[in-house]
Amino acid sequence: MPQQASPLPPSAAAAEGGSRRARLGALVLAPALVWWAIFLALPMGLVLATAFFKGGAYGAIIYEPTLRNLERALDPLYVGVLWHSVWLAMLTTAICLVLGYPAAVYIATRASARTRTLLLVLVILPFWTNFLIRTYAWIVLLNREGVVNGALEGLGIVDEPLSLLYNDAAVVLGLVYGYLPLMILPLYAAIERINPEVLEAATDLGARPLRALRTVMLPLIIPGIVAGCVFVFVPSLGNIPVPELLGGGRSEMIGNLINRQFLTTRDWPFGSMLVLALMVLLMALLVLQSFVLRRSRQVGVDG
Amino acid sequence: MGEPRRPLLAAYMGALFAFLYLPIAILVVLSFNDSKLATVWRGFSLRWYEELFRDTEVLLSIRTTLVIAIAATLLSILFGTLLAFGIERHTRSPALENGIYLPLLIPDVVTGIGLLSFFATISLPLGTTTVIIAHSVWGTAFAAAIVRTRLRGFDRSVEEASLDLGVREVPTFLRITLPAISPGIIAAALVVFTLSIDEFIIAYFTAGQTVTFPIQVYSMIRFGVTPEINAVATVMLLFSMALIVGAYLIARPRGPRAARPGEGPA
Amino acid sequence: MNQGIRRALVAVVAAATLAVVAACGGGEESGTAAQEAGPVTLSVLTFNDYIPENLAEEFEKKTGNTLEITYITSNEDGIAKIEGAEPGTYDIAFLTSPFTQGLIAADKVEALDGSKIPNLANLYPEAAELAYDPGNAHSVPYSWGTTGICWRQDLVGDTVVDSWSDLLTPDDNLKGKVTMLDEDRWLLEPALKTLGFSLNTTDADELQQAVDLSIQAKSTLLGYDAETFYSKLVSGEAVAVQGWDGWCNYGTAEDANIQFVIPSEGSDLWVDTLVIPKGSTHIEQAHQFMDFILEPQNGQWVAENILYKVPNKAAMEALDPALLEQFPNMAIPPATLLEQEALEDLGEGQSAFTDAASKVKAG
Repeated sequence: MPQQASPLPPSAAAAEGGSRRARLGALVLAPALVWWAIFLALPMGLVLATAFFKGGAYGAIIYEPTLRNLERALDPLYVGVLWHSVWLAMLTTAICLVLGYPAAVYIATRASARTRTLLLVLVILPFWTNFLIRTYAWIVLLNREGVVNGALEGLGIVDEPLSLLYNDAAVVLGLVYGYLPLMILPLYAAIERINPEVLEAATDLGARPLRALRTVMLPLIIPGIVAGCVFVFVPSLGNIPVPELLGGGRSEMIGNLINRQFLTTRDWPFGSMLVLALMVLLMALLVLQSFVLRRSRQVGVDG
Repeated sequence: MGEPRRPLLAAYMGALFAFLYLPIAILVVLSFNDSKLATVWRGFSLRWYEELFRDTEVLLSIRTTLVIAIAATLLSILFGTLLAFGIERHTRSPALENGIYLPLLIPDVVTGIGLLSFFATISLPLGTTTVIIAHSVWGTAFAAAIVRTRLRGFDRSVEEASLDLGVREVPTFLRITLPAISPGIIAAALVVFTLSIDEFIIAYFTAGQTVTFPIQVYSMIRFGVTPEINAVATVMLLFSMALIVGAYLIARPRGPRAARPGEGPA
Repeated sequence: MNQGIRRALVAVVAAATLAVVAACGGGEESGTAAQEAGPVTLSVLTFNDYIPENLAEEFEKKTGNTLEITYITSNEDGIAKIEGAEPGTYDIAFLTSPFTQGLIAADKVEALDGSKIPNLANLYPEAAELAYDPGNAHSVPYSWGTTGICWRQDLVGDTVVDSWSDLLTPDDNLKGKVTMLDEDRWLLEPALKTLGFSLNTTDADELQQAVDLSIQAKSTLLGYDAETFYSKLVSGEAVAVQGWDGWCNYGTAEDANIQFVIPSEGSDLWVDTLVIPKGSTHIEQAHQFMDFILEPQNGQWVAENILYKVPNKAAMEALDPALLEQFPNMAIPPATLLEQEALEDLGEGQSAFTDAASKVKAG
């Protein structure tokens, strides 16, 4: 707590400091919260409220309360799509974590700040081209007449072209490729602030690297891991172009389903109900994440 | 202070960059494809670049996208940094801690449609401004989350020393705290900027008659992906690389490692 | 969260809510909007590259009105924009027939005054009897066509491709090399037609049968593709695909082995149309635009550049016969098109249809 020389008696000074902190706190939090109240809470509230009304033809909303949308949302067809999406998103997140962690460590341990920034930018640079175009590039690479198969056949590794596209594996590949930097950047931010001696001890490929990792590094970088996982998991779950293009549209994910309700069927109430279901699931995961964070706060010592 | 040799890790980074850049290499090569199809090679040609430079719509959409991204990024890191501070230092509310992720949970379609209706209701005309607002909504969440990971467990002793010495909160913040958390702010800015220039769904609902680059690409796909799109992507890539090289050369070198609070001189 | 913040938030939300409610209150419509006279700027919603490049210039020369064009990426996008904007934002919208029908039924388009569109005379007589808008009372047709199978005659051995079953239960030389369209209405078309049902059915039993058949078909399908199916044909990755006639021509342009056929079980008829969204303040000038669009040279441009057929008789008859030779499906006579089943708006039944499509995609 900042101590200030003050002519007031100690208890009054403390109270003065306390309410000053509170006002400062309010001032600091206000801009973002007000912005969100107007441009997020209000619009979302309006849309999600429609989940409990009826949808009419041609996108009309009939303002009679109903639970019909909830019943429909619990149909095994939709639950199945949600579950399948969660599975693919979890797989994507896990792979991103495994791939992203060493990369973040490497970048964070470069000595020069310029090098670190340069590497970060190199990681991100592919993502300054357009997502759709990059996805089409994967189609060129992986299709039956494509580059990868051409190389495999040319090298004699396979006789017949492999079916690399239009399946779940291709979808996961596309998602990992699409969201990897969103894992690397928060991990980097968390790792980079750790005292370098701790960092070196933990990453030295000498004795027991995994052990050092687990007991020392992990508690310190958990917030970064958690942020990275959320940033990858959520957009993967709701992704629309990747399952369509790389998955060949064979297997719907929840994002496609919701998109269809809002745009094709124009049944906003039902679409909103699906969104609510999705958000409830995600909030449950968030609560879990927050629990993990709190535990790490107790364990970790500031580096 | 040298870096320990870690050949395995370095090799891994090489492989990772190969993975990241392989599709990029493909799309660059295809931009020289003498065929209307973006996926079958027919010979070398520069015609798509010619078409691109005549295509004022595409060029305009790129400019619009950059303007939006820069503005949205600035707003987001402003709001997000303040928010991160507020949460980390001034409150222990779990609602707020989880709340910063809330904007990210909402699917793009819903945010897009919600904001479209909202803007129409309050009679705010759709255009660049509305897209900037829309992007700053999720951008703030990303920025707050990333800056916060930097703030967690941040050693405050130097800050406190500064305050003890009579330096007031704002200068302390500007001269001590801000530089120390700047890697987090840079990471946040990079994330928000990158996501904004590629963001399609929310923009397509909130842009009205304005066209951003992702919207332009998506609408061109309606009549088939032509290599003009690859040419655009290549040009954007070259431009970004030029920007980076330029920034790298201009930025004053700061010595082997910037000193950080609690560490003393490097 | 501290008290001060909480109070501030509540105040903001309350103020914003009041603003919203106040704005909502003034939203009632009463009859046609006040019209603006003289040369104006017409706001047009259309697909990218879908109208002649010099259209705006020529139109301005002829009528003095200018155009402001907003591009949409799909019909759904167009509808979302129309409904999300204040009435009067858009004066002309290009939409495909089922969507047009939906808007007409919801009373969201202005009625047309045929006397202000003399170029309607350029249309084929069949184009005045289109099921989604008989007599073109609310819309003007711009282009039309059908869906069928686009295939590589050189890569299918001696199989003759002429039926939807070639996609649903393909021969060995086609297995794993066929694609289908993934947009709802077309996704179920092969199955519905094979089973002899209507494309506009909302009967639960019929839909379920179509779903089952479509799910079975997935095992021999390469994938669903509504954008790059013709380039898959060119590369040989696919040898027979479900596709729209116009798009198939893009493939034929690259490889003359690519042919189009309307399956023996029959297919659909789609029409791209122009409508005037309700609330436009430039109805007079919008009519002038529709009339201008129906001039032969504009229809000709569409046929020559987009490779779609147009219902504009004057335009079609002015086409170079070589074009029709290169792209035989351009020569499909209107009578044949009208034999196909017109895609209609499903109204309340749309959700049953979409559910069916979701079942196929998820199954």
